[in-house]
Amino acid sequence: MTDPSPLWEVFVRARRGLSHTHVGSLHAPDAELALRNARDLYTRRQEGVSIWVVPASAITASSPDEKDAFFDPAADKVYRHPTFYDVPDGVAHL
Amino acid sequence: MNGPFEFALRLGDDALIAAQRLAEWTTRAPEMEEDIALANIALDQLGAARLLLTYAGELEGAGRDEDALAYLRDDREFRNCLLVELPNDDFAVTMAKLLFLSAYQLPLYTALAECADERLAAIGSKARKESAYHLDHASLWVKRLGDGTEESHRRMQAAADQVWPYVAELFTPDPGAPVDPATLRAEFDATVTAVLTEATLARPESGWAPAGGRDGLHTEHLSYLLAEMQVLHRAHPGAKW
Repeated sequence: MTDPSPLWEVFVRARRGLSHTHVGSLHAPDAELALRNARDLYTRRQEGVSIWVVPASAITASSPDEKDAFFDPAADKVYRHPTFYDVPDGVAHL
Repeated sequence: MNGPFEFALRLGDDALIAAQRLAEWTTRAPEMEEDIALANIALDQLGAARLLLTYAGELEGAGRDEDALAYLRDDREFRNCLLVELPNDDFAVTMAKLLFLSAYQLPLYTALAECADERLAAIGSKARKESAYHLDHASLWVKRLGDGTEESHRRMQAAADQVWPYVAELFTPDPGAPVDPATLRAEFDATVTAVLTEATLARPESGWAPAGGRDGLHTEHLSYLLAEMQVLHRAHPGAKW
């Protein structure tokens, strides 16, 4: 039997121009109710202008066991950081 | 008889008693998400009640504020409809009550937003958005329960049948009021019929139509509700947090 109230991940856009950010998860029987529940749980204090809900089962996540293979190789590649440029004087927001 | 005072009192009492009744679900709802949703709706109703009762107190001109009206009246002085004081019973009954109440409050507040009284218009303008959400929430559940399993269908139909007689009182004509409730019936019927049809539920037959709430003649359920709501204020008059 399938779970009558599966888990959904909730993403909220705080303001126009910002991207949706993961804020938490909730249980709901279907997408429509998940959206309503998200409205009540995560935007009660004007936290958002737009909500996404995604079935948690639809998310493929990297495993903690793969942490080394996934992320360590990036650690010694300093040339990937833009730190070798001379910043011209007077450029305030670079 | 103070016309505008009575009108504001009726609307305010509907909202106040609905809020108190709905709040009983807090920590008891079928799931945590619904618990928050019902508490939110209760708080919306409470917000409208505060505005309406404050204004009613000003219209009366006898120095009663929202607290005096909420906490220091007995059941005979309350003017809410019977629908909102009925016990929550099971979840289906609560949703049937919320569906009928919000399908009435939405056109009521919408019409109120256009009325000549500026204060009432402002309250209507704020509250109608909340009512639209309450109606949406109740409709979603009535459809899911009605068009769900055999058992949920049976209980949703029983709930609609059980609560339906109390709908008639909402639309008792009051031609002198800022909004005559009788003029809202057609929109209510259209809204509710659409929801019930989609929920595969039969629209209950109209027959027995209990009333009296607007005259202070309530069911016994209201007294128990008031006892719980008012006990603190009566035990410690004027207490502050």
